[in-house]
Amino acid sequence: MRIGYYPGCSLLGSSREFDESTRAVLKALDVELVEVADWNCCGASSAHILNHELSIALPARILALAEQAGLTEILAPCAACSNRLLSAQQELEKHPEMLAGIEKAIEMPYKGTVKIVNILEVLDRLKDLIAAKTVEPFAKKVASYYGCLLVRPPRVVNFDRPEDPQSMDRMLRAVGATPVEWPFKTECCGAAFSVTRTDIVAKLSGKLVQDAVKRGADAIVVACPMCHSNLDLRRAEINEYLQQEYAIPAMFITQVVGLALGLDPKALGLHRHMVPVEFAETAGVQS
Amino acid sequence: MSSGSHHDHHEDTLAWRVQQATGVKLAHCYQCGKCAAGCPVADQMDMPPCQVFRMLQYGLPQYDKRVLGCEGIWLCLACETCSTRCPQEVEIPKIMDFIRGEALRLNLAHPRSKDILAFHRAFLDSIEYTGRLYEVGLVADYKVRSRHFLKDVMLAPKMYIKGKLGLLPHLIKNRRGMKHLFKQTIGKG
Repeated sequence: MRIGYYPGCSLLGSSREFDESTRAVLKALDVELVEVADWNCCGASSAHILNHELSIALPARILALAEQAGLTEILAPCAACSNRLLSAQQELEKHPEMLAGIEKAIEMPYKGTVKIVNILEVLDRLKDLIAAKTVEPFAKKVASYYGCLLVRPPRVVNFDRPEDPQSMDRMLRAVGATPVEWPFKTECCGAAFSVTRTDIVAKLSGKLVQDAVKRGADAIVVACPMCHSNLDLRRAEINEYLQQEYAIPAMFITQVVGLALGLDPKALGLHRHMVPVEFAETAGVQS
Repeated sequence: MSSGSHHDHHEDTLAWRVQQATGVKLAHCYQCGKCAAGCPVADQMDMPPCQVFRMLQYGLPQYDKRVLGCEGIWLCLACETCSTRCPQEVEIPKIMDFIRGEALRLNLAHPRSKDILAFHRAFLDSIEYTGRLYEVGLVADYKVRSRHFLKDVMLAPKMYIKGKLGLLPHLIKNRRGMKHLFKQTIGKG
């Protein structure tokens, strides 16, 4: 399989282990990633706050570049990126009168032919192969955390169930993990308030961490860099808010799958987390 | 929805401008309160989303002004829980985006929006000049704009050790194109 790849900015910096683990896992599964050349930021959670047209033009440039490279499908592992790309694509479909202005801004033709997929969709296609190649089952209890942007708004993302999604749970079961019953699957972590309103992030993410532990989870599994950085980089603030030391690690789904495939924890970027990925008995994790 | 929605037709009301710009009809909201019930930050808002809509439905200048000046619109995380659960499929975060823009345009934005705005402006500046988000630059720029110089000074060295802080920006090749893109969109207003 060959697929276009849009890593996005977080995957070059604060969430580079998501990029590393995505590349490592897909390589192990013989998927060739073709990175979109000279890609730009999608505008994430900022552009739409300040200017609607900008929030469409930024993703449109990425999609137009992918079209020019002859790509028909691109994987955007970051949930915020895939959400913004899908939003822009649909806005332009719904409002063709905007197209001329957008094409003028991006200085390229835009056809809207590229299919945008998230990491869970790609892993799901490879589920049988992953199950067959699993050498070290991830025999842990896990809380599958989808967050907001993978499943909402349903009319934009059209992916899984918006209230009780199942795709990540299925993948985790395929690699030997046991997802716990967890009502926080799609609750918000505080998203882009990480820097400006850390108090809100501590509270919202704190509730998630507390309940995941209460339900016996050994790890919280995520597929979004913002969710991960709030649960991992902001753990000190979370623990201060909760007045307790919670040590449950937050892991990317690609890291969990990678461990199950027997890949080197370092190649999966496990050493980059603030909250160490350590369990009472180890499952393919050597520290 | 022609009956009982007289407020939709007064061109000087915020409700009318919302509809013109976003296509969302505020008259569709029948005040079930589901949006506020599911909103993760409703408890922090001076005015939860359903109340914002109720105020706008009146179409009265003094209520429009209270909405434009409230803090709640700046706390919306765009998590889309409200719009997903809304029985009338009102696209609430889209309305919030527009109202925030109007609050800025009319110089009525709540004073506590300053930090949040500083962050978004720093974010967009970073993209405009480099094409990609430069996280170190973003945080530095935010500190200067918000004057919160000591925020997260302890976190940065830890992130550096973990290889999570690139000290140099990632520059795209077509930076001229990026400037042009900004000029043609946000730079027009």
